[in-house]
Amino acid sequence: MFEYAPAPESRSVVDIKPSYGLFIDGRFVDPADGGSLKSVNPASEEVLAEIAEGGAQDVDRAVRAARKAYEKVWGPMPGRDRAKYLYRIARIIQERSRELAVLESLDNGKPIKESRDVDLPLVAAHFFYYAGWADKLPHAGFGVNPQPLGVAAQVIPWNFPLLMLAWKIAPALAAGNTVVLKPAETTPLTALLFAEICQQAELPAGVVNIVTGAGETGRALVEHDGVDKVAFTGSTDVGRAIARAVAGSRKKLTLELGGKAANIVFDDAPVDQAVEGIVNGIFFNQGHVCCAGSRLLVQESVAEQVLDSLKRRMAQLRVGDPLDKNTDIGAINSAAQLARIQELTEAGAAEGAQRWSPPCELPERGFWFAPTLFTGVTQAHRIAREEIFGPVLSVLTFRTPAEAVEKANNTPYGLSAGIWTEKGSRILWMADRLRAGVVWANTFNKFDPTSPFGGYKESGYGREGGRHGLEAYLNV
Amino acid sequence: MSERVAVRKTYKLFIGGKFPRSESGRSYLVQDSNVSLASRKDARDAVVAARAAVKGWAGATAYNRGQILYRVAEMLEGRREQFVALGVPGDEVDAATDRWVWYAGWSDKLAQVYGGANPVAGPYFNLSAPEPTGVVAVVAPEAPALLGLVSVIAPAIVTGNTVVVAASPSAPLAAVTLAEVLATSDLPGGVVNILTGRLSETVPTLAAHMDVNAIDLTGVTDGELAADLEVRAAENLKRVLRPVPGDHDWTADPGLGRMTALLETKTVWHPKGV
Repeated sequence: MFEYAPAPESRSVVDIKPSYGLFIDGRFVDPADGGSLKSVNPASEEVLAEIAEGGAQDVDRAVRAARKAYEKVWGPMPGRDRAKYLYRIARIIQERSRELAVLESLDNGKPIKESRDVDLPLVAAHFFYYAGWADKLPHAGFGVNPQPLGVAAQVIPWNFPLLMLAWKIAPALAAGNTVVLKPAETTPLTALLFAEICQQAELPAGVVNIVTGAGETGRALVEHDGVDKVAFTGSTDVGRAIARAVAGSRKKLTLELGGKAANIVFDDAPVDQAVEGIVNGIFFNQGHVCCAGSRLLVQESVAEQVLDSLKRRMAQLRVGDPLDKNTDIGAINSAAQLARIQELTEAGAAEGAQRWSPPCELPERGFWFAPTLFTGVTQAHRIAREEIFGPVLSVLTFRTPAEAVEKANNTPYGLSAGIWTEKGSRILWMADRLRAGVVWANTFNKFDPTSPFGGYKESGYGREGGRHGLEAYLNV
Repeated sequence: MSERVAVRKTYKLFIGGKFPRSESGRSYLVQDSNVSLASRKDARDAVVAARAAVKGWAGATAYNRGQILYRVAEMLEGRREQFVALGVPGDEVDAATDRWVWYAGWSDKLAQVYGGANPVAGPYFNLSAPEPTGVVAVVAPEAPALLGLVSVIAPAIVTGNTVVVAASPSAPLAAVTLAEVLATSDLPGGVVNILTGRLSETVPTLAAHMDVNAIDLTGVTDGELAADLEVRAAENLKRVLRPVPGDHDWTADPGLGRMTALLETKTVWHPKGV
């Protein structure tokens, strides 16, 4: 590999406070019982800030603030004015995008080239897109007078902290709801900076409330009687628990959960392009991606050629400092996630699959995992069935298109899938048969605010993005 | 001359296009008839039949599904007097037939209304289209016996789903008679399966079944049972269509909601380039 001089993005653009309160009713307040958590930089294990841990009382206070704002301000406000607040937020995000990108990489561990070039542009675009819907709801195809639901409880994961916030808050506000959002316990900092952006935009108090905390805080929020809507992105197990918790209530529920996507490479695919797509599919964001192409299904006749190319390409991936502009793979988000990845990869080896990683020097401090692939994987192996949520690729082979479909669909998940072939009719034939909410053909991991995203089967229900994304926040 | 002795009808289940008795050998007396009392095993058999029918029905062209559903409406019209004889008001039979025609026409239109091209910020073709979710368990409303039943079955199957329907326990004869209509309409066996009997026996099995993709709880009026069924449905994250509290106006324009609640949206991306 070429030696590159370090090219770190400057931290000076970010001003992290030693501690943060909860953002309720337009102000930062201390939690009622004074609990706190520490947010850590996963690349160095340095404590970045002390974060308030919201309890049941705090959640109650936030839900009441959201209710009041819904009834008094946001609900009655004309759509064109809600739109203007959302446009303001989109613009401030664009203006402060480098600051947000650096903060995201510090708190999450993802490479700056991803937070800067993928996450932040999509965050701003998402607010910009939904801003335009706020005054056009009667034309969205949900009847002539669709109504908001009320107060939305939103719980988001740590893999795309600010992007998931945008996916949740933008459509909710555009449709006229107010929100209480709980960011993930390991990545709350950009959500707290977003709270400052709401202040800067002079968004009316109580329209957006941010309650930080861990699982118990999320549970208190989801189960609160004053909530009309629950939106969750995270693991399928927690999604199931939430579906049980809201059973019998009036709460409308949307879930965006796990995945185990097949990325299918046919013998006529251009190998170099396919290899780029495979790498992007599984190593983007350290593989902390619910729609990651974590199962490579490669046609038997080209398996050897594709794997040789893939290994050559993997040997070029730079693992290290997330703030370095040359870094391809950053830090694993937490010690707990690293342990989960280690446990599953050990199971992969123990069950008989062959493990391979390129020579790769990992930093001494922080949480790191080298890009890894497994060959000789069968459909029964845990690494072919369970979501690893890390930079680990399981390789299986197939002979016929029908076998590829059979194997691709042999999972309780159904979030995404990839197809690599030069034959157009085969793409469409495959796309019809794959039970997945997003199908990328000759590309992978593409996102856009206009494009609905969400799963089949146990990957959840409801769609985020596009006109479809409004449905989750309207009484339709 | 003595009066002619009528030939009575045996009311049975409708599973996989056939009319079997309950495997349990049980029946119950309702509407002056012995009606099959479906068991949990019958419910599981019905799911197997519904799953087997998914590939053909979801894979049929929208035009073909529309033709078959329109044929169902033709058969309904022809059996008007038979439903009236069962106590279904003539107006209700007419409304049910009209409702069926309305839904039949949606088969080749919904994808255009509910899906479409997405203008993504890049050189990509990007299209979202609805697809059936798969096997749907449907709890039919207690009343109106025919209009309510038609209003929950038609929107589920027009898009390519297959259904297992738990019929109204107190008025099942209209459901079994509708099954005879379906059986003579070129509808492939297994697309609609109808169970008669107690909801408390069949519906929990359907709600917990791991090969059922969605459940429509419209006919569940007991709030506690509805909550219990939702908890069971959470195991494999079934799509749940919840009962609407209060009286439902079955004669009103039904909108798209019953169809879209049982659909998945699939979005396909492809780069543009030379």
